[in-house]
Amino acid sequence: MRRLGARTGSKIVDQIFVAVLLGAAIVFLAIILGLAASLVKGSLPSLRTFGFAFLWTSSWNPVTSIFGALPLIYGTVISSLIATVLAGVFGIFAAVFLSDFAPAFLARPLSFMIELLAAVPSVVFGLWGLFVLAPAMRNTIDPALQRTLGFLPIFSGPSYGVGLLTAGVILALMIIPTVTAISRDVLTTIPADQREASMSLGATKWETMMKVVVPAARAGIFGAIILALGRALGETIATTMVIGNRPEIAVSLFAPSYTLASVIANEFTEATSDIYLSALIELGLLLLIVSVVVNALARILMWSVFRGARSAR
Amino acid sequence: MKSYRSRRIADAVGVTWSFLCAFLAAAVLLIILGYIVVKGAAAINWQFLTQLPHPVGIEGGGVANGIVGSIITVGIAVLIASPIGIMTGLYLALFSRGGFASTVRFLSDVLSGIPSITIGLFAYALLVAPFKHFSALSASFAFAVLMLPLLVRTSEEAIRSVPRAILEGALALGMTTFRSTLRIVLPVAWPSIVTGLLLAIARVAGETAPLLFTAFGSPFWELNPTNPMAVLSLQVFTYAISPYRSQNVQSWGAALLLVVAVLALNLLARVLLRTRIRAAP
Repeated sequence: MRRLGARTGSKIVDQIFVAVLLGAAIVFLAIILGLAASLVKGSLPSLRTFGFAFLWTSSWNPVTSIFGALPLIYGTVISSLIATVLAGVFGIFAAVFLSDFAPAFLARPLSFMIELLAAVPSVVFGLWGLFVLAPAMRNTIDPALQRTLGFLPIFSGPSYGVGLLTAGVILALMIIPTVTAISRDVLTTIPADQREASMSLGATKWETMMKVVVPAARAGIFGAIILALGRALGETIATTMVIGNRPEIAVSLFAPSYTLASVIANEFTEATSDIYLSALIELGLLLLIVSVVVNALARILMWSVFRGARSAR
Repeated sequence: MKSYRSRRIADAVGVTWSFLCAFLAAAVLLIILGYIVVKGAAAINWQFLTQLPHPVGIEGGGVANGIVGSIITVGIAVLIASPIGIMTGLYLALFSRGGFASTVRFLSDVLSGIPSITIGLFAYALLVAPFKHFSALSASFAFAVLMLPLLVRTSEEAIRSVPRAILEGALALGMTTFRSTLRIVLPVAWPSIVTGLLLAIARVAGETAPLLFTAFGSPFWELNPTNPMAVLSLQVFTYAISPYRSQNVQSWGAALLLVVAVLALNLLARVLLRTRIRAAP
């Protein structure tokens, strides 16, 4: 609906109306830009003091006012990667089932439940993770992993229940709906002709999905996974409750760790010095930059698939 | 060349495996809800819903101030976000021209992916630090910023989905753009906009991270939004990580209230959307 305002703009009421709407859009824009500006401004003292070494020094010590984010970056990246791998494996196959294999009486309720899972607040995931999953990890899952795969250093050492692996599993449960729902939508945009052509050549349903439909949708599915990764990287409360909150880099996935978002959540109200506060805000700025880059990438990937589907019709 | 038999087996295994994945993902919801309902119901009684939190060590007490606090903070957030969000959506749908509109749309998408904790930092810098005082108002502002991208997107789509001919008909009869938008376009788009609003409310009602340094929490009855205030989701968090068992139990109760509210809002939004789709020709 272009140029509506221009055509009827001679009436004063309409001019005011358009101006008011434009004002709202400008306020919205100002909020977004203000968000970025305020984080940059707040991180300036820390940026000046620590420079880029902030990113690769590994001492996070409020007592001596020396701040390096490496252990936090490590914890954030590893917990999110565990989550993305787990959610990717289960989520993509779940999407394949929902888009192609499931009879309607199963597809509807399963999709519905998976979508509702996305609506569960993260503090509820955290509560469940802390009192149900963490003890299960400590008593059952971690010892089992150690018995079978204990020769790998990542499954060695004592398990406290809370740690990188537990955080990764909780995050996986939280992002599975994202992977599943978007992958399912992407798969349904692949034209039926391709499925029919493959089936008519004698391929089974499974071969059709794995060799024709999923490869055709791979950019979009990859986009869904990146988007889910973005959610995992910025997730705060649930991670804080189950990761153990210790700023150290350990080889074992059973070990407690810390993430960028959890540090802010735990320490912001306790930060006594200006440089401490500024270092925490710089972590926020880092999260902001990472999430913008990751989301932009995901949107470009998914956009390419949905646009292709539209032009094919 | 693989035998026909082995290909049939691979097919059956693959279909079964993908079914299991979908089934497990859905089962996670039931498992978590099951725990919340069973453990939460044990904590809920009349006192839990109507009393203030008791000091640690004294039996009983409730989360009444958190329930009220959630309603106040989310309510103010709706008052801040809905005019800005709906009007921005209207602008993008009706008067968007090139560069400015696509910039707004792109930044709105970007905003929807930003972690809520960084939005909390923004609210802190803007509304807490200058006054050196935590407040429910700053939490409402953070909530509003979280709601805006969803509101802008759903309002724009709702208004775009109104057939252009309806608007043109009104304009041809001599109505101003203002009146025809208000009287003709908005009433048709309204159910979709309300659906978006309900989903946005459901999203922020469970949000906890930005509250840590905005609303901050409070053990008292607090109705003044310029003071620190108890919020239900924050109570779930602080009671869960508390070393006291009695508070852990209350955390499950508060979580049940939160989950019921959030899922009810989601279901309501779906029902509204479905009736609208059915009503459309």
